[in-house]
Amino acid sequence: MNWSWDVVSDFMPLFWDGVLVTLQALALGTLIAFSLGLVWAIAQRSRFAFVRWPVSAITEFIRNTPLLVQLFFLYFVVPEWGPSMSALTTGIVGLGLHYSTYTAEVYRSGIGGVPVGQWEAATALSLPRVRTWTAVILPQAIRRVVPALGNYVIAMLKDSPMIAVIGALEMLGEARSFSNATFTSEAYTIVGIAFLVIAYPASLLIRALERRLALTS
Amino acid sequence: MMTSGMFQNYFLPGIWITIQVTVYSAALAAVVAFTIGTLRTSRLWIVRFLAGAYFEIFRGMSALVMLFWLAFSLPLILQWQLVPMYAGVLALGLTYGAYGSEVVRGALAAVPVAQREAGVALGFSRAQRLRRIEIPQAWPEMVPPFNNLLIELLKGTALVSVIGVADMTYAGNLVRLGSNESAPVYTLLLVLYFAMAFVLTRGMRVVERVAKAGVGQADPLTFRRTKATAPATTSGGAR
Repeated sequence: MNWSWDVVSDFMPLFWDGVLVTLQALALGTLIAFSLGLVWAIAQRSRFAFVRWPVSAITEFIRNTPLLVQLFFLYFVVPEWGPSMSALTTGIVGLGLHYSTYTAEVYRSGIGGVPVGQWEAATALSLPRVRTWTAVILPQAIRRVVPALGNYVIAMLKDSPMIAVIGALEMLGEARSFSNATFTSEAYTIVGIAFLVIAYPASLLIRALERRLALTS
Repeated sequence: MMTSGMFQNYFLPGIWITIQVTVYSAALAAVVAFTIGTLRTSRLWIVRFLAGAYFEIFRGMSALVMLFWLAFSLPLILQWQLVPMYAGVLALGLTYGAYGSEVVRGALAAVPVAQREAGVALGFSRAQRLRRIEIPQAWPEMVPPFNNLLIELLKGTALVSVIGVADMTYAGNLVRLGSNESAPVYTLLLVLYFAMAFVLTRGMRVVERVAKAGVGQADPLTFRRTKATAPATTSGGAR
């Protein structure tokens, strides 16, 4: 057992840089996952089979394949055809795309939980389709799935170290480069503790949110 | 394009390693899930607390960070090193076991209280009740969430490539470096993972059907044939 606080204090500045990148990836990834997931969910309820089928197939495929391989695909294959993105941008797009297929399921169950009477009422009031979605269905659907969405934000936080593998220096990436350079073990331990420190209060917050929504609805 | 030598020397063994890692870590995760899950229903608060702490720690931890810690930090702390593949199996098994323990706990809690009370009335010990009454009835409830976790675990095995275990993803990276082409190999990788997930899901459907038939919630699919051949008039017969 050899633990040195000097090594810890040497690592700290790099650690905070890593935290910043992790939080940045998490925030932007969440933004993509939440909005794209909604697009998938609505597309899966489309009237046209040629919209429903490809969307279901694509989301199913993305959900059942590893995020790590998807990141490699985005980082090494996509630039051959189109835009070349930095490691961090690739990571954000990968995280967002992968988790959008999970949030799509969440939205789908939320939309399915809206009583049929609400759809019929919107038809009876001859609301246009867009307004039915934005003013009637989505406000009721999203409200009841907020805790489930929150759980996926935590899951995304735990998957965010994967972007270190393609070279984005978030918490784990910083720890890896520091440990490789100094041949010490403390950095990984610090990062592990950091994950607990972030994830546990976040999961408590979501449980409280769940209880609150269960009480009011 | 991938040469046949690359395919035979790297890719096929890689597929086998991925299957091995999946099977071993799923077995470890199942043991952890049932142990921690039942301990979390214990009467003693200290046992509940410790099992709950295990669950919270491993659920809050990122599997990849755990993997790096076991592979690179632990050897420096203990002066003792795990084979990379077993470090991978350990990290995945402990992490997904923690997720699974929540499934086990929830399913056990969903068994009607009267069942437990009947076991007490019949003088069953706590272990007997768990083994003979509670777990058999909770098992069909557990199978669908276990299927989801198994798919997550299969996807998680790609992580072991990062600590140098020569699995499918590792082989894919080698082929990319060797052939200087990335599109075919990564597409093949994604398709293979998807196919494996598909096979696992089909297998778990069968397990679910058997489990449901075991507690008398017979699935119509299994018994459609016998029902159709049975004469309709027997339903009015003597009971």
